[in-house]
Amino acid sequence: MADILKRNKALSVNPLKASQPIGGSLATLGFNRAMPMLHGSQGCTAFAKVFFVRHFREPIPLQSTAMDQASSVLGADENVREGIKVIAEKSRPALITILTTGLAETQGADVHRNVREFREANPEFADIAVVAVNTPDFTGSVETGYAATLTEIIRAVVPDAKEAGTFPGKRQRQVNVLVSYMLTPGDLEALRDIFEQFQLRPVFVPDLSDSLDGCLTEDDFSPVTLGGTPISEMATLGDALATVVIGASLSKAAELLEQKTGVPTYALDHLYGLKANDALICALAKISGNPVPERIERQRAQLQDAMLDTHFMLGQLRVALAADADLLAAFIDLLQEMGAEVVAAVTSCNTPSLAKIPVASIKIGDLEDMEIIGKAHKAQLVIGNSHAVDTAERLGAPILRAGFPLFDIIGGYQKTWIGYRGTRQTLFDLANLVINFSHEEIPAYHSVYGQKPASEQAKPCH
Amino acid sequence: MKSTKDIAALLDEPACEHNKKEKSGCAKPKPGSAAGGCAFDGAQIALLPIADVAHIVHGPIACAGSSWDNRGTRSSGADLYRIGMTTDLTEQDIVMGRAEKRLFHAIKQAIDTYAPPAVFVYNTCVPALIGDDINAVCKSAQALWGVPVVPIDCAGFYGTKNLGNRIAGDAMVAHVIGTRDPDPLPENSPVKIHDVNLVGEYNIAGEFWHVLPLLDELGLRILCTLSGDARFREVQTMHKAEVNMMVCSKAMVNVARKLQQKYGTPWFEGSFYGITDTSQALRDFAKALDDDDLTARTEQLIAREESRIRAELEPWKDRLKGKRVLLFTGGVKSWSVISALQDLGMVVVATGTNKSTEEDKARIRELMGEDTLMINDGSPKELIRIVHDYQADILIAGGRNMYTALKAKIPFLDINQEREFGYEGYQGMLELVRQLALTIESPVWQAVRTPAPWRSVTSQNVETLQCNVWAAR
Repeated sequence: MADILKRNKALSVNPLKASQPIGGSLATLGFNRAMPMLHGSQGCTAFAKVFFVRHFREPIPLQSTAMDQASSVLGADENVREGIKVIAEKSRPALITILTTGLAETQGADVHRNVREFREANPEFADIAVVAVNTPDFTGSVETGYAATLTEIIRAVVPDAKEAGTFPGKRQRQVNVLVSYMLTPGDLEALRDIFEQFQLRPVFVPDLSDSLDGCLTEDDFSPVTLGGTPISEMATLGDALATVVIGASLSKAAELLEQKTGVPTYALDHLYGLKANDALICALAKISGNPVPERIERQRAQLQDAMLDTHFMLGQLRVALAADADLLAAFIDLLQEMGAEVVAAVTSCNTPSLAKIPVASIKIGDLEDMEIIGKAHKAQLVIGNSHAVDTAERLGAPILRAGFPLFDIIGGYQKTWIGYRGTRQTLFDLANLVINFSHEEIPAYHSVYGQKPASEQAKPCH
Repeated sequence: MKSTKDIAALLDEPACEHNKKEKSGCAKPKPGSAAGGCAFDGAQIALLPIADVAHIVHGPIACAGSSWDNRGTRSSGADLYRIGMTTDLTEQDIVMGRAEKRLFHAIKQAIDTYAPPAVFVYNTCVPALIGDDINAVCKSAQALWGVPVVPIDCAGFYGTKNLGNRIAGDAMVAHVIGTRDPDPLPENSPVKIHDVNLVGEYNIAGEFWHVLPLLDELGLRILCTLSGDARFREVQTMHKAEVNMMVCSKAMVNVARKLQQKYGTPWFEGSFYGITDTSQALRDFAKALDDDDLTARTEQLIAREESRIRAELEPWKDRLKGKRVLLFTGGVKSWSVISALQDLGMVVVATGTNKSTEEDKARIRELMGEDTLMINDGSPKELIRIVHDYQADILIAGGRNMYTALKAKIPFLDINQEREFGYEGYQGMLELVRQLALTIESPVWQAVRTPAPWRSVTSQNVETLQCNVWAAR
C-alpha cells in the first residue's frame, strides 16, 4: 500500500541505518553462552561493541577475525579457523556465530567452507555450535542481519522432526516465540508474563531478556553471554504446541522452523496497540484452550480508557518517524489507531514487508530525509533513536526515543512498549510529550482602547 | 590502497620510542582474541574534532553507522562535525564499480548543502580493497568545486588505531598545514605574543577550556590544537608556530617531527593532567620560547594558580588520601594521570603499560618506585584479579572497561575519549576529585555487595530471620 521512495542522493547524512553485523550480533547475544565473531578488521568489532555497550550499558562479548593488510589481500581463511579455535579453547561457549562484514564479502570469503574445515580439523569441539552467516554491511540493516542470523541458527541447531522424533504438542505447555529485534528485554519480560497467565511456557528465540536485561550476578566476569536461550532448548522446539512469531522480518525464520518441526505458526507483525494485542490474546486463548484471564481483560479496559484520555493530544498529531521496517510498521499502526498522522516515515533499507504498511509513502533514507520531509509537513513529534535527538531539536519538536541505539538515556533497553499495559504507557508518554505543544496558543491581543495598567498597554505603532 | 611500504613507513616512526625496542606498539592482533579499534577509527578520532569540516566516510554503512555522533569532543561554535556523513556503499556500487562516482557526487552534495571550508574523505576497507582511487576523486572534486578536499586513506585493515592517528596526522601535514598564514596578531598587546600549537589535544568534554584562559593570559596564541575545537583555517596555519607541544600522546608524534623537519619548529611533550604536569607544561613553553618576561609571568601565574587550587583541594584530600588506585590507560596518559593522583595523596598500586614506551615506563618507575606492577594483559578477567589482589579502591580505565568493573562491583572512573567530564588543568583537578569521591564514597557498593538478608537462613530456621519492619502497636 505504501509508495516506496528509493534513495536518490549520493551522500547519506546522519545515517539511520546500523549494519547487518550489528543485527547478527544482537541475535547471537540472545543465546546462552554465546559469542559472535565478526569476520572483518578489528574496527568492525570495536565499533559494534561500543554501539552495544552504549545502548545496553553492559559488557558485551564480541570477537573479531582481525583481518589485516596481508589477509585482506591474500585470503583470511586461516583467520576464521584460528578465531573459532581460540574462542573455543578459551571460553568453550555453546554457540559461536561467524558474521561476515563488507570487507570479508568483498574479498570473497567463504565462511561456510571455513566452518567445515574447522569441524574436520577439530573434532574435539564438536559439541560447540558454530554458525556462519553472510551479513555484509553493504546490504540490509540491523533488521535483516538479525533475521538472517536467527534463520541460520535455527537451520543449524533445530533438528528435523523426523530425525529427532519430536512432534508438535509433546510438550503440552510449551510455545516457541520467535521475536524480532524490535522487542526490548523489557518487552520480553512483559510477554513472558502474558504467556504465563495462559498457563503457557514460552521459549523465546532469542531471549535478550535473560542475557541483556541488566542484571547483577554473583559472577564477576564472563567471557561469553550469561543467560539467553540455551542451545539445548533449541532441540525441544519441535515438541511445542505452537510457534508465535512477532515481526514480519522473521517470516523466513518462521517458515524454516515450521518446515523442520511441523509446529504450527501464529504470525503477528508486532504488539503495539489494541488491535495487535487483541490478536495475540486470541492466539494464546486458542493455543492454550484457556479463557482470557480477568487481569488481562482489565488491562485491555485500562488501555481503552487511556486511548480516550490521550486521543485529544494524539488525534491529527503530525508525526515524523524513522525506524527499521518492523518497528516502523508497529508505530504506524499504533499512531493510526489513535488518529495521528504519520507525515514522514523513513526507514533504512528496502524490505518486502514495507509495501504492505498502510501509509502513503515510505522513504528509504536517513535522518536528514526525515528532517526535510518532517519540516515540509510541519511535524509536531519525532519518533526515532538517540541520533534523532538533534534532528528533533532542529525541527523544534519533542522526541520519543525508540529503536537502536538509545545512548543518551538510561534504561532505554528496558522500556516496555508491548501488551495492553505497555501500549498504555506508550500512549501516556506520547501524550505527555505534546500535551503543551500540540496546539498553537492564540497570541494575546492588546486592544488600543484597553484600560489595562500602563505597563501592559499596547505600544502605539509608528 | 596504501602499499605495504607506505604502511611500514608510517609504522617506522623515528620519533616514537617504541621504535627503539623490539616490541612494537602496533603488534599484530590475534583472531578470536583481539581488542581495540582499527586505523579508520584512529584517523577519525584524530580529525573529527575539526568542527567546521564535512567529514565523509567512504564505505558501506558499518564504519560510519556504528560510530558517528559518539565522541566526547566539544566545539565552541561550528558543529558540522556532529553531522554524520557516509557514502553508505551498496552491493551494486561495489560490484558495478560505482563507488568512486558515488563519492564524487557525495562530496558535491556535502559542499552544496553545508558550504564547509573543506571536506575530509576517510577511505575504509571495502573501497580500499576494490581499488577506489580516492586521491584522484578528491583532487578532481577540489579542482571542480574550489573547496579543499582532503583524502585520508585509513582503511581499517591497514592496522591499529595508533596507525590511524598517524595516517591522519600525515594527511594534515601533506595537504593542509602550510596552506594559509595566520591572522595578524592583535595590536597594542601589553605582552609579547607567541604563536604555538598543541598536537593531540582533543578537548574532551570541553576540558581544554580550563587551560586556554591561562594560555591567553600568558600571551600564548594557540594557532591550532590538533584537533580539539579546531577549525580548518587554524590547521592551515600550524607551520607558523614557534613551538609545538605534544599533548599526552605519542599518537601524532609524526606531526611534531615532520613540522620540525619541514619548518624547523621545535617541540616538547607534556600534559595538562594534574597540578604538577600542568605547571611543567607552562614552564616548558616559557623555556622553549626563551622569553625572560614570559618566564617571570609564567612563574607568577603558576604560583597563583597552584596556591588557589591547593586550597580548594584541601577539603577533598582527607577523603581521598591513601585510597588505592588501579590505573589502566594507554601510553603516556599513565604517567600524567599518576602524577595527578599523587598530587591528591592517592596510592597508585598498578598501572597499564601495554601501550607505553620504555621511556614512559622509566618515568612511571621514577614516580611510583621500582616494584610497581605494570600490567600488559588488559583482559577484563586479569584486571578484576589485580583489583582484588592489590586491594584497589577504584579502577580508572577507558569506558570499554566500565561495565566490566561495575559487574565485578568495583568503583570505576572513566578516563577515555567518550567520557563526559573534563579533568585538564588546575580547575580540572576539582572535577577529578569530585568524580573520584562520588564513586569511591558511594553507598551503593555496600548495597550491591551485601547478600540478600534471607540468604542466611534455610527453610528449617526461617523464623529466625531478622526483618527490618515496623511493629504495629
